[in-house]
Order: sequence, then structure tokens, then C-alpha cells
Amino acid sequence: MQGNKRFRNFNIGTVWLWLGLFALLPQLALFLVSFLDRGEIDFFIPSFTLGNFKRLFDPAFVNIFLDSLYLASVSTIVCLLVGYPFAYLLARTSKRLRPWLLLLVVIPFWTNSLIRTYALIIILKTHGLINQLLLWLGIVDGPFSLMYTDIAVFLGLTYTLLPFMILPLYASIEKLDTRLLDAAKDLGAGTLRSFWHITLPLTSPGIVAGCILVFLPALGIFYVPEILGGATNMLLGTFIKNQFLVARDWPLGAASSILLTLILVLMALVYRMVNRKAAAADPLAPPRRRRRGRVA
Amino acid sequence: MKNNGPILELRGVSKYYGSTAALHDINLEVENGEFLTLLGPSGCGKTTILRLFSGFESPSKGDVLLNGKVINDIVPEKRQLNTVFQNYALFPHMSVQDNVSFGLRMQKRPKAEINSRVQEVLRMVHLEDFATRMPAQLSGGQQQRVAIARAVVMNPMVLLLDEPFSALDFKLRKQMQFEIKHLQRQLGITFIFVTHDQEEAFAMSDRVVVMNQGYIEQSGSPQEIYEEPENLFVARFVGEINILEATILEVQEMGQYLADIDGVTFPLRTRREFAVGEKVLLLLRPEDLKVYRPHDEDLEGPHLYGRINETVYKGATVDLTITLTSGKKIQAAEFFNEDDADINYNRGERVAVNWVAGWEVVLDDAGE
Repeated sequence: MQGNKRFRNFNIGTVWLWLGLFALLPQLALFLVSFLDRGEIDFFIPSFTLGNFKRLFDPAFVNIFLDSLYLASVSTIVCLLVGYPFAYLLARTSKRLRPWLLLLVVIPFWTNSLIRTYALIIILKTHGLINQLLLWLGIVDGPFSLMYTDIAVFLGLTYTLLPFMILPLYASIEKLDTRLLDAAKDLGAGTLRSFWHITLPLTSPGIVAGCILVFLPALGIFYVPEILGGATNMLLGTFIKNQFLVARDWPLGAASSILLTLILVLMALVYRMVNRKAAAADPLAPPRRRRRGRVA
Repeated sequence: MKNNGPILELRGVSKYYGSTAALHDINLEVENGEFLTLLGPSGCGKTTILRLFSGFESPSKGDVLLNGKVINDIVPEKRQLNTVFQNYALFPHMSVQDNVSFGLRMQKRPKAEINSRVQEVLRMVHLEDFATRMPAQLSGGQQQRVAIARAVVMNPMVLLLDEPFSALDFKLRKQMQFEIKHLQRQLGITFIFVTHDQEEAFAMSDRVVVMNQGYIEQSGSPQEIYEEPENLFVARFVGEINILEATILEVQEMGQYLADIDGVTFPLRTRREFAVGEKVLLLLRPEDLKVYRPHDEDLEGPHLYGRINETVYKGATVDLTITLTSGKKIQAAEFFNEDDADINYNRGERVAVNWVAGWEVVLDDAGE
């Protein structure tokens, strides 16, 4: 018992130490830097200012922010629309086939996503694979390029982030008790209505989790829009990267990064709310509050 | 709507899953307003029959008829039958009110009608104060009632119940049996109940259909099933039974026979016909056996002799295991009775056994 406890404490301690050193500490540093002034020689000068946050309301930055929001939202919706049917089929195929299909979802992770993004160029560019296929089929007359368009960026983001949508969706759809769908049918609900009234609400934790896991990286990821979208318009991820690496304006980079963190916290709260609602409805979940009383 | 024929019917129905058959050429008629129970061990096909009625399965061969019309190809959501599912299958994200009103909402009934119907049905199952609760906040028995209310509110022609009490404890089970029976009388609609518990089946049903391996073994009132089992399977499945081998010695008139059991000649009575020399099986319920001390004055007629092997005190009865002189072990249940002699037998005590004349069931020795 004693040894077991010590082992457990050691494990939990290691995780805490890791998170503290590599997640909490940098975040704290960012938070502090966001209140400092930019320096000419050093990266920042010790002082206190809210100026960096004020600069986030600059129309140029607001535009960047809105563009990024738009791109991330559309990518998230596309991921959801593609991912939900995929996850649904995955969760409903035979138990023997399922691990293999899941493996197919995960396999792309084995290659660096930067390399996979470069590979997309070969598919999308003028005289690329898609172009040649469409020419061969006679659907288009001349060569054209998908590169450096919004479509290319959507494609790239959806391709890169789709597994993050599929996996949580799969987990929640697989948990869904199909007897509930039988019951809905028995009570006169057709396929569509039983999906709307039963499947959708009961898999909402998966939907919210998947959307968060896609939306946040889509906001911050800078190399996909940069490689596939070209330099046509700046996005949030690129902006933050540039503040640190190009403009050397750490305080502004930190402030815009804190903005991303705030969005993350907000979404985490939404997730908790949805999950709690689902947990309250789950007959298998332990009761949240136990009344204190006599011990039976 | 009303029709004098059966409300539900299976005509020559077989059901195959791949190459294995779950049902073999089943013919079954369900009368309007009856409480019918499908009884059998797991895998006997009883749930398959229920799912054929509800529409979740379709027959591989034969027809399913509702009110005289073939409904083989009608999807579950279009059938005027409702099911109480085994594990209730309550929608966990909906309140009791929303669960019960679900079917009516799917039919797009007016709100006022829905509310009054839901209220009425919740009152019927004594849950009127629980309308706003979530299923997870209810006890097992209450969840059971919600499941029943959710089906009954649809005014089905037939209510199908798939082992609805399997998750309840003994006491609650007894109470729900009583309430379901009461509800059926109140509603006057046909109930089809599936269970593997013979006591449950007997307590509730007008008619019991005993099934085994995809065949119907016997169909009849609980009393017929218990007292006149048509074969060994039914006899063994419903309650304890003793089986003695006998040989017909003499055929008398009016279904009377003389038969030899372990060298003792007994009179037998049966509707079945046997010839002299034929081997038969004698089925006797433990409570039909009478046990005497060998020197008892009441002792008359033929008897089998044996020794008490074990006695188990059960409160209302004493259950005796007796080893007959032939070596065969039989079970007897003796009731406590004020003017009866002392029934506290000792282990190893010599006893004489016979039975209430005419209560024996005689079957032919079908290769067993």
C-alpha cells in the first residue's frame, strides 16, 4: 500500500512538473511580457502598460483576427460535416473492421504535417494531380491552379485537422446505446427525426470536443495558410509568429497569443457545460453530489 | 377496427440468421384483449417473435398479420404496436414528461392534447409528481413505470413487453407484476409478455406459450401448462417434477390402466392411449406426492418405499429428497397441516410414497 501510494505520487508529481515547466511557466511568461514595453536592444523593457492590448483593436489587426476567425470557422464546419458521417460509419461497422479503419485515421500522424502540407502542393498546383485529372476527364479546358486560394487553405486545414474531429466524435457515437434508436422508432420517429432528437443531442459532447480540437489549431496554425494560401492575406498564426521572429515585437506577440488562450478558456468552459449536461443525463454516471449521512 | 379474428397472428413463420434458424414454421394466434406470455429459456426464439411483431425483424418465411392484414414490410414506426424494452431504453437527455410525450410529439398532436394525455398516463403509473425529473434521478422501479407510460400513452393495439422486470429485485418484481396485470385489465388491450421466469408467466397470463429452440412446445392456460404438460421439456421447464418409468400391464376402460413401477402395480389414469407392454413415463409434481411412515394406519393401496435422504425446511412446506428402493431419487413437498401427523422426518428414516390418484401425467417414453 505504502509503496503503491508513493509510486502514484511520483507519477502525478512528474506530470505536474512537466506541465508546470513546459506549459504553465511559458504561459505565465507570455502573460507577463504582454504587459511590458517593446525594447530596441532587448526584446522588452520592464514596465507596465496595457498598450499591447490596445494595439489589438487596431483595424489592421481586427481584420487579421476576423479573417482568421472566418477561415477557422469554415474549416471547423467542413471538418464536422465530413467527420460526423465518417465517425458514424466507423462506430457502426463490425468490431473486426473498426481497429483497421481507426488505424487509417491515425496513420497520417506518422508523417510530419509540414511535409504533408508540402505534398498537397503537388496535388493542387497548376499541372498538379487534380488539374491533370480534370483535364483528362474533359471537365476543364485549360490548366488552372488551386494554389494560393481560400479553397486551398480550407482543403489544407480540413485535411490536417480532420482526425481531431473524427476521434472524439467516434468516441461519443460508439458509446450511444442503439436501443434508444429502436425505442424512438417504436414510438414513431423516422430515421431523420430519431437522429435529430436522439443521436445528435446524445453525441453533442463529441461534437463540441471535436470543434474545439479543430477550431483552435485552425486559428493558430500558421504554416498551412502560409504554404497553401501564399502571402495574400495575413492570418493570426502568421501574425503571432511574425511578431516574435520577424518584427521582434515580443509584447505584441504575447498579447495576441493571450487572446488565443482566452478563446481556448472560453471554449473549455462551453465544453464543460455541455459535458455536465450530458453527464447529468447519463444513468451510468455516478451522482454528482452525494448527500452526507449515515454510513450504511 | 374491431374484428373477431386474432389481433396478431404468425402464419408459418420461420426466421433464419445466416444458416441458423431462430424460429421454425411458427403458427400463433393472439386473441384481442388477452394477456399472452412467451415463456422459454434464453435463445428459444421468444424475443425474436416479439421483434417480428414490433417490426425490428422481418420473417424469412411466412407472414405476420395485424388485425388480419399482412404487415411483413411495414416499418416499426408505422405499426400501431408499442414496446416496453428490456432495459427501459429511456432517453437519458429528456425529462420524464419529454420521454412520455415523445411518441405523441412525433405524431404532431396538439400541445394541449399531449399534456393532458401525458398527465393521465403518469397518474396511471403513479408518477404524476415526477414529470420534471430526469431518468437518472429515478429508481429502477420508477424508470420501469416511465417505460410503460411511454408506450401506453400511444394507445397501442397491442403492448409488447420484453422481459421488463429482469433488472428489478424480487419484491419490486412482484409488485410490478401485480400492477401490469391491473393495467392490462384497466386498458383492455392485448399484452404480449416475454419472460424466462415461469412463476412470472403463471402469475400474470391468460395464456402461456412455452418455447424451446425455435419451436412452440405447448400453448395453454397456466394451469394446463403446469398440470398437463404435453412433453418432458414443458414439464421440466415449469417447476420441479419427478419422472418415474413404468410399463403398461393392463388396459382397462375409460383411460384406466394398470402399470408396473419398480415391481409394484399401480392404477393409472390418462387421456393418452397406450398398449400393453408399452414403456411410459410418469410425471409427478413434488406437492402431489404423499409421504407416509410405513406403519401408518392411512396406508392403503400400492406404495413405493424409500429412505429420507434430505429434508429442507421451507416455512410453508418441508421439502424431502427420498431415495427409493430402486435407487432413484425423488422430491416431495409436504405441507404443514394442523391435523396431519408429524412431518419432521429424520434422515435415513424409512417412508412409503404414493400420490393423489389421477394427478399423474403419463407420457410415452419418447426415446429419453
